[in-house]
Amino acid sequence: MRFWRNFLRSPEGVAGLVLLAGLLLAALLAPILFPGDPLRIAAQALIPPFEDPNFPLGTDRLGRDVLAGLMHGARTSLLVGISAALTAIVLGAVVGTLAGFAGGFLDEALMRVVDAFQIIPSFLLALAFVSVIGPSLPVVVLAIALGAWADPARLTRAQVLSIRERDYVAALKVVGMHPLEIAFREILPNALPPVLALTSVIVAAAVLTEAALSFLGLGDPNIVTWGSMIAEGRNVLRSAPFLSIVPGLGLVATVLGVYLFSEGVNDALASRRGGFS
Amino acid sequence: MTLLWRRLLSSIPVLLIVVAFTFFLLESASGDAVDAYLGSIGGGDAVLAQSLKVAYGLDQSTGSRLWLYARSLASLDLGWSVAFDRPVREIILERLPNTFLLMGSATALSFGLGSALGVVAGARPGSVRDKSLSIGSLVLYAMPSFWLGLVLSVIFSVQLRWLPIAGIETIASGKQGFERALDIARHLVLPVGALGFIYLALFLRVMRASMAEVWRLDFVLFARSKGLSRSRIVLRHVARNALLPLVTTLGLQAAAMLGGSVVIESVFAIPGFGRLAQEAVAGRDAPLLMGIILNSAVLVIVVNLLIDLVYALLDPRIGSSETGA
Repeated sequence: MRFWRNFLRSPEGVAGLVLLAGLLLAALLAPILFPGDPLRIAAQALIPPFEDPNFPLGTDRLGRDVLAGLMHGARTSLLVGISAALTAIVLGAVVGTLAGFAGGFLDEALMRVVDAFQIIPSFLLALAFVSVIGPSLPVVVLAIALGAWADPARLTRAQVLSIRERDYVAALKVVGMHPLEIAFREILPNALPPVLALTSVIVAAAVLTEAALSFLGLGDPNIVTWGSMIAEGRNVLRSAPFLSIVPGLGLVATVLGVYLFSEGVNDALASRRGGFS
Repeated sequence: MTLLWRRLLSSIPVLLIVVAFTFFLLESASGDAVDAYLGSIGGGDAVLAQSLKVAYGLDQSTGSRLWLYARSLASLDLGWSVAFDRPVREIILERLPNTFLLMGSATALSFGLGSALGVVAGARPGSVRDKSLSIGSLVLYAMPSFWLGLVLSVIFSVQLRWLPIAGIETIASGKQGFERALDIARHLVLPVGALGFIYLALFLRVMRASMAEVWRLDFVLFARSKGLSRSRIVLRHVARNALLPLVTTLGLQAAAMLGGSVVIESVFAIPGFGRLAQEAVAGRDAPLLMGIILNSAVLVIVVNLLIDLVYALLDPRIGSSETGA
C-alpha cells in the first residue's frame, strides 16, 4: 500500500501508468470494437482522417481501417514486448544461475556464450534468425529474446556468486539438499529482484525491435503490427504521411509509458528505502 | 599492453562461438543458396543444381563444411557471395566506409550534444531545466529510429524540400573534391539526425547521473570552499570527472548503433553495411549474412578494445593490471 502511495506521488509514474493503461485498454477492446480481421478491406482506399464518422482515422492505400489496425497493433506490440522480455529473463536467469552456482569450466563456457550474444548486434541477430526460420509471431519473440538474454544472465550470475557464499546455503548443503534444488529453489529467488528491474528496458527494446523487424517486412504477415503499418504507409508518404506517422505515435506512447512507469517504480522503491530518488 | 593482448586472446573463443552459432543457424534454413539462385533465374534442372552444389561445396556434410569455413576464415577468406557473385570480403569492405561515416557522425552527434545537455541538466539537479531536458530526451529515446527518419524526411525533404530524401550522394553529378563532400554531407544530415538524436538521451542521462555522483565527492566541497564560481566548478571539476562513465556507455552502445544503422540505411537507401544485411536476407545469401554477422562482432570487439585503451588513458587509476570493465 505504502508502495502505491509513493508511486502515485511520482508524476513520471502516474503518466506512465496512464499511458500503459490506455494501451492495455485499446489492446483488450480491439476485438470487441473491431471484430474481424483488421487486415481486411473495409472501405474505399485513402479516406482522409476525421472525415468519415465510420472511419475516424481514415483508411490506408488498400482501404483498411486505420483505427482498427492501430488498436489491433497495440495487442501485437504489447504481446511481443512482454513475452520476449519474459523469455529473455527466464533464459538469462537459468543460464546465469547455472554459471554462477556451478563455477569452474561450466561457468567459463556459459559466460563465453553470453559474451558471444552480447557482441552480435541484437537487431542483426533477430534479422538473421527470423529470415532463416521464417516470420511468425513465436519466431519473432524468440529472435528478440535471443538478443536480450545476455544482460539478465550476467546480472543473475553476479547475484548468485555473492549469495552462494552465505551461511544458509552452506547449511542447506550440510543437510544434503540436491545442488540443483539449492540453486533454483533457494538461491535464484533471492537473486531475482535486481534482474527483474531490467524488465522495463527489455520490454521497451523488444517493442522497438519488433517494430523495426516488421517495418523491414520480417513480421508475421497475417498479423497487423505498427511497424508494418508504417512500412505500408511509406508507399504514399508524400500524399498521406499521416498513415506512417500515426502508428509511430503508438510506438512512442508504448515505449515512453514503459520507461515512465519504471521510473515511478524506482522512485517509489527508493523513497521506501529512505534514499534519494 | 598486456591488457590489449589478454583482451585479444579472450575474444578468440567468443568469436568461435559466434561462428558456430551463425553456421548452425543458417544450416537450419530450409533451402540453400543454390535454391535461391535457381529461383531467381527462373528455375533449372537437377543436373545444374547438383553441379552448382558441388561447386559451392554444399554437397558435403555439415561438420566438414564448418571445418572448411573455419579454416578459410583463419586466412581471412569470408567465402563467396551467391547473390552478388563476388567475394564476400570485397563487398563488405566496399560497404563499410558508408556505415562508418553514418555511425561515426551519429555517435559524435549523440555523444557531443548529449553530454553537453547532460552538463546543463546536471548543473542544477531538480531544476525545471533539468526536468524538461530529462523528459524531452526520454521522448526521443522512445522513438523508433526508422520512424523518426521518416518524419524528418516528410518535414525536410517532402514539405520544405531542403534536403535530399535518399541515397548517399547525387548520382552521376560529376562532383569532385569539396563539392562532393558537401553533397554527401547534405545527404547524411537526416539519417545522422535520426540515429544520433535517439541515442542522445542515453548520454544525457548517464552524464547527468554521473555528475550527481561527482557532486558529492570531497574535492568538489574543497573547490567550493576555495570560493570558486559555480560555473567553474561545474565545468572544470564536476563535468570533467563525470565524463568517464560516458566512455563506457559509448562501448556498450556500439552494437546497438550498428543494429540501428541497418534500419536507417534501408529507410534512406544508403548503400552501407546495414543495408547489405537486408540484401543478404532477401537473397538468402548465407555466406554473405554470416560474413556480415561475423564482421559486426569483430567491429564491436575492436570498438570496445579501443574504449578500454582510452579509458586507461583517461583514468590513471586503471593500470595495465586489471580493468573494471
